[in-house]
Amino acid sequence: MSNIVISVENISKQYRLGQVGTGTLSHDLNRWWSMVRGKGDPYLRIGETNDRTSKSESDYVWALQDINFNVKHGEVLGIIGRNGAGKSTLLKILSRTTAPTTGKIKIKGRIASLLEVGTGFHPELSGKDNIYQNGAILGMKKAEITRKFDEIVDFAGVSRYIDTPVKRYSSGMYVRLAFAVAAHLEPEILVVDEVLAVGDAEFQKKCLGKMKDVSEKEGRTVLFVSHNMAAVKGLCTRGLVLRFGEKKFEGNQMEAVQYYQNAHQTNNSFLHSGKLQDAPGNENIRILNFEVQPLNEDIITVSSGFVFKLIFYNSKPGINLDATFELLNGDENVIFHHGALISTDNDSREGEYCVEAKVPGYLLNAGTYKFNLIFGLNQRYVLYKSAELIQFEIMNEGLGSNNNILPGILRFDIPYDISFNEKIDARK
Amino acid sequence: MNHYNSDDEIWDLEIKPRYSLFSLNLKEVWHYRDLMMLFVRRDFVAQYKQTILGPIWFFIQPVLTTIMFVIVFGNIAQISTDGLPKILFYLSGITIWNYFSDVLVQTSNTFVGNAAIFGKVYFPRLTLPFSKAISGLIKFSIQFFLFLIVFFYYYIFRSAEISPDIISIIWITPILLMIMAGLGLGCGLVLSALTTKYRDMSFLVAFGVQLAMYATPVIYPLSRLSEKYRLIAQINPMAPVVEAFRKIYLGTGVLTFSGLLYSAVFALLLVFSGVVLFNKVEKTFMDTV
Repeated sequence: MSNIVISVENISKQYRLGQVGTGTLSHDLNRWWSMVRGKGDPYLRIGETNDRTSKSESDYVWALQDINFNVKHGEVLGIIGRNGAGKSTLLKILSRTTAPTTGKIKIKGRIASLLEVGTGFHPELSGKDNIYQNGAILGMKKAEITRKFDEIVDFAGVSRYIDTPVKRYSSGMYVRLAFAVAAHLEPEILVVDEVLAVGDAEFQKKCLGKMKDVSEKEGRTVLFVSHNMAAVKGLCTRGLVLRFGEKKFEGNQMEAVQYYQNAHQTNNSFLHSGKLQDAPGNENIRILNFEVQPLNEDIITVSSGFVFKLIFYNSKPGINLDATFELLNGDENVIFHHGALISTDNDSREGEYCVEAKVPGYLLNAGTYKFNLIFGLNQRYVLYKSAELIQFEIMNEGLGSNNNILPGILRFDIPYDISFNEKIDARK
Repeated sequence: MNHYNSDDEIWDLEIKPRYSLFSLNLKEVWHYRDLMMLFVRRDFVAQYKQTILGPIWFFIQPVLTTIMFVIVFGNIAQISTDGLPKILFYLSGITIWNYFSDVLVQTSNTFVGNAAIFGKVYFPRLTLPFSKAISGLIKFSIQFFLFLIVFFYYYIFRSAEISPDIISIIWITPILLMIMAGLGLGCGLVLSALTTKYRDMSFLVAFGVQLAMYATPVIYPLSRLSEKYRLIAQINPMAPVVEAFRKIYLGTGVLTFSGLLYSAVFALLLVFSGVVLFNKVEKTFMDTV
């Protein structure tokens, strides 16, 4: 017997786009009619990929297409991918909240999922009642819960509120309690989806620690979906990258993260090919090319720094033209707003201009960034404004043994002077 | 847990697009019986939280309905009660009818009302409607207790002309309960399965149950109907139940073996088709709800 505990074979999942209801009955009848005639489902056409940004011709969409993989006992598999890549759909199928459209999954052992913990909590019931109910929903026997009750309350750290209805809980307490129940479930396979996004840093640490315990000490299998690459690298032993519902990569977790991050870089450049009048802009300005590239390295990291380059076509000769770059971070904070003075003596020329600038490494913190462009006349009037033409990500690099993204906007190397005071003994 | 044997390996669970229509997995529902009891408990604990009267509401509802019926149907419309005290006549009908309608309404909402939980964790979905039938039974017991108090008051203090049949009471009452639970649960399961895709059903349930009460001998005795209408009324599988209940406790009513058999078979078929339909829908309802 092999030690494969999950075997996923050709799993696909189809969803219907738009409103369910209009035409539902006619589709149902149509389906039934082809079933009667012994034909396949007329709405199950395979082919299109699920790119959420492009409009589809069909009413149906494949959220997952032909996914195959195996998970061995004791493995921690990280599932990564952008929003809409099919991660949650895969977990939903695994946790049996919805059935696949085609394919088969075989599982050994009890599987428990933490898809948004705290589901099944009844707001009117006390923490204690909810522990029992939630535990039972997750498949525990009453006696089993009673045995672990103190441990659960202890882990959640909510013993003071245990007889209070959970509707009075803070959202953090709510999640703590819910995670605590699920973490003590002792399933052979644990499915975790983004629970770590909530709760404070201390609790996140506790959760990650618990997951590590579960997998390393108790030898249980964990499927972990996250956008937190540091957590994936630290926790997982293998990685799976999904994109538009298809499996793109499977293997070592470090390589998976690398693959994902490289694939993620695709929209860090904008290049217009085609006629000038179709380029983004207006009668004054047309943007031809705008891109961000790492300095001397393959990917943009905290240490690499980056160069941004703009090529545009100016149709207004003889004016004072300026191009202002506005950099925003993921939280929409303006990092800088700085103009390049293209012409200052009313001597702009019609034609292509190229503006290039460098941002050194060890300046900006890791995270996602985007550029706004503002073209101005006399540094006062707006000729054209372009929002968020490109987005890019600065990858994190650990500081010492800390691999997490540090808080803050700036991330430069501070040259600390550290000295040890030898004379302190004399003062004793 | 069920063990599937394929590829020479033992798998605990197999997730497939389609299951056989009759793989009902009732074993799994039994495995989750603790959860069922917790749901029942939740229904009672949570229902009357932040109310002043609390569980007294269980009594208020049938009492007020009975008073209303006595005034409207008994006194204004003067519909016959077969010589029984009006209060006792209406209260018996309401107690019985309430259990059926309660189970039906509660279970018909299973999928839509619990979509939030169902979308996130798996547990045998049948535990919910079953738990509703059980908590309905507890509610019924409380209201039945009220009926017994009124019953004894009339029997002992007012020496009303009621003739309970003690032996029949003992063995027929549980049968009646089972038939009612089956009818309510079966109807509710079918409706809940249909509601996931076609919301029209939830509108139907809301007033359909009210209308159905008038088609059932709750506010009138079957005996006072003309031959033609009586036959139509007897198609309703709830009619023999209400009539039998009155017959064994109060002494008037139509109790026939064939009538009860008809209701029982009807209930069985309804529960079976309900469970099958429910099981079919539960696999994918998250995509359509």
